[in-house]
Amino acid sequence: MLTSINALGRMGIHYVRQFGRAGMLLSQAIFYPPNIRKGFPLLMQQLYSEGVLSLLIIIVSSLFIGMVVALQGYHTLVKFGAAQQLGPLVALSVTRELGPVVAALLFAGRAGSAVTAEIGLMKATEQLSSMEMMAVDPIRRVISPRFWGGIISLPLLTLIFNATAIYGAYLVGVKWLGLETGVFWSNMQAAVDFRLDIFNGLMKSVVFGGVIAWIAVYQGYYAQPTSAGIATATTRAVVYSSLAVLGLDFVLTAMMIGGW
Amino acid sequence: MNNLVEIKQLVFQHDNGRTLFKSIDITIPRGKVTAIMGPSGTGKTTLLRLIGGQLLPSQGQILVDGQSVPDLSRDELYQLRMRMGMLFQNSGLFTHLNVFDNVAFPLREHTPLSAAMIHSLVLMKLEMVGLRGAGQLMPSALSGGMARRVALARAIALDPELIMYDEPFTGQDPISLGVLTKLVRTLNDALGLTSVIVSHDVQETLAIADYVYIIAGGEVLAHGTPDDIKDNQSSNLQQFIKGLPDGPVPFHYAAIPLAEDLLRATPC
Repeated sequence: MLTSINALGRMGIHYVRQFGRAGMLLSQAIFYPPNIRKGFPLLMQQLYSEGVLSLLIIIVSSLFIGMVVALQGYHTLVKFGAAQQLGPLVALSVTRELGPVVAALLFAGRAGSAVTAEIGLMKATEQLSSMEMMAVDPIRRVISPRFWGGIISLPLLTLIFNATAIYGAYLVGVKWLGLETGVFWSNMQAAVDFRLDIFNGLMKSVVFGGVIAWIAVYQGYYAQPTSAGIATATTRAVVYSSLAVLGLDFVLTAMMIGGW
Repeated sequence: MNNLVEIKQLVFQHDNGRTLFKSIDITIPRGKVTAIMGPSGTGKTTLLRLIGGQLLPSQGQILVDGQSVPDLSRDELYQLRMRMGMLFQNSGLFTHLNVFDNVAFPLREHTPLSAAMIHSLVLMKLEMVGLRGAGQLMPSALSGGMARRVALARAIALDPELIMYDEPFTGQDPISLGVLTKLVRTLNDALGLTSVIVSHDVQETLAIADYVYIIAGGEVLAHGTPDDIKDNQSSNLQQFIKGLPDGPVPFHYAAIPLAEDLLRATPC
């Protein structure tokens, strides 16, 4: 009995300590942003590796997701004689939920895991330690650009996701199933509100980008410097990020709809 | 002040509760090559990290040029580190940069020098370690010995006062070993550095060190010139220096008698 209580207490202390370290790392990443002269090229490099290199998976996935939503939506709506509402259905689903959430999940798998593995390997091969001993702060040089790169990249990727998914829906709805082009676009335009739908979706992706980047850099920076440790950290980064995105999505949606 | 580094009554305990140093006193004189030796796992690398401020001691003082390292602010610590160089066991080269850019890294970070000046300085540092022709190679294309030499060139890029070597000779072939041993001594004397070598390679280290500390079991076992150490008749020391498989440090890890262990063994 006492042993179990001991183990529980130890686990509690362990998790509180981890949260404390993660909080410290987040505050350092926020308050030691990359400076203009040396940091800007590093930030651009991260926008490329986290953002541009994620484009392929984002574009291909969003195109198919848009096409599938349109196909499913059309066959349901047509039963009620409401096939002309396909545009609003796809646009609202994508801008409010599918865009921010699916883009975030793909981003966590593609860019978050890469960031964790890269930082973990830098730690295991003493690159971070040698940087510290050269009086170069790894938080400013390595962590902060990757953190800000995540926050900036994901909203941009989400915009691209939204646009491509809607284009996919247009291909299926208009080009394949024969809906009127004008009806498709004008109903969509009438139903979608910029602030409530598009802007709120982008706000979600800013939060998701920050959380994914935070989890990724934390897991990499505090990874055990062994091959098994880096593998575990990379897996954790993807799993924790995905769970955080799905959980936060509910909280943010409730706040935005006005439930809270 | 003749001593660049002074360690007084240092106690260090890991987060897991294991005490690595019980009470250690070490002084590193300026301009000399001081070796810190001891069996694996005695905390030699930890000692270098404590000197560099990457770890904080549980008790005791660590003074570098009169400044108490654990009490320094973040900015003061980074200022002090600009006067130190460290050669890591794994070299710690940045894998995304070539040899030239690795050596140029601290110069670009800390000096306002022009690209032409940095180019000249990097070539000079690479020439010192004999790798001027390898500037465009990536770290993955280097042998272990070459990687250490590049890391050495990078460690001396800012002309530090103190340079710390973490196991510089481990895993080197005889040629690389000879080159590195000569480099450590030559650079120390030519550049007026103060060198600290942490190693368990007895012959190589004793050949170039001016003063030696042997640590084991969390304490300083012996210290003196290399000749003093060789002449010391302590059985602990003789086992370490001569590499005897059994002695005060037993060959067998502590365990119950073999017969008893076999009899109570259960199939896995």
